[in-house]
Amino acid sequence: MKSSVITFPGSNCDRDMDVALKKFGFKNKMVWHDENELPKCDLVVLPGGFSYGDYLRCGSMASKSKIMKSVIDFANSGGLVMGICNGFQILVETGLVPGVLLRNKYLEFICKNVFVKIDNKDNPYFKNLDKEVFEFHIAHNEGNYFCTSDQLKEIEDNQQVAIYYSNEDGKTEEQFNPNGSTKNIAGIFNKKKNVLGMMPHPERMIDKSLSGEDGSVFFKNLISSIK
Amino acid sequence: MKISAIITLKRDVLDPQGKVIHQTLDGMGFKDVNEVRQGKYFEIDVKENDPIKAKTIVEDMCKKLLANLVIENYKIIETQ
Repeated sequence: MKSSVITFPGSNCDRDMDVALKKFGFKNKMVWHDENELPKCDLVVLPGGFSYGDYLRCGSMASKSKIMKSVIDFANSGGLVMGICNGFQILVETGLVPGVLLRNKYLEFICKNVFVKIDNKDNPYFKNLDKEVFEFHIAHNEGNYFCTSDQLKEIEDNQQVAIYYSNEDGKTEEQFNPNGSTKNIAGIFNKKKNVLGMMPHPERMIDKSLSGEDGSVFFKNLISSIK
Repeated sequence: MKISAIITLKRDVLDPQGKVIHQTLDGMGFKDVNEVRQGKYFEIDVKENDPIKAKTIVEDMCKKLLANLVIENYKIIETQ
């Protein structure tokens, strides 16, 4: 399985993602944002970081960069595109997934482990997972998911919510919402479920001695379900 | 010619920065404030000299980059 991680000026989780993808068997290539063409691959990852210094709105500049034209074409033809953290912010700015990410409700940068609950496994990212609640790491200032009420209805009708912030038992109440996101939404799909944007970082949970292993579970499952 | 664009958050979008500014103003003794909403201001010098065409160009910029229409409104002002 081949993957591509796009590096924008200001990306800083691109190498972590490269390490994670390779650890679980992907042949990964790093792709600079100024390239015109994506290499042939099965998965494109937009990594976390601070692309273009978060100027204007987080992800807005990166969403217009050269490589994004072919990333958008790849997504529209059914290719798997995953955006983590700043990558999620870039995805919402392209319009590939609905909504926007506002500043966190209490205006603080949040850096901690959280639990998230997977609601729907009928997609290439989560199918065959044998558990619903994962412990991932979040580190962001703009992760407060917002969409219009019409968009929310459409998202819920199409089962596009990928993950919710929860507690370790999978309860998705407001008190487990770290940043004010609408309905505790931590990640979202496009309609066809081939594009996934999420704030939590699975690539930071791939080593038991450093952090945790829920990211390992996620990546192992991802590569086997793409095959 | 110079065209300005003002980007503001839509009414139903939470503006925590505006809220904090309001609270700070209140603490400083400015007690007559109902609400503060923070926005962005752009001054763009375009090569086009026809005001209608120049505004159309900046409007296109607002729609495609300067504003995110899910949460923001834009207003265009001719300044020169």
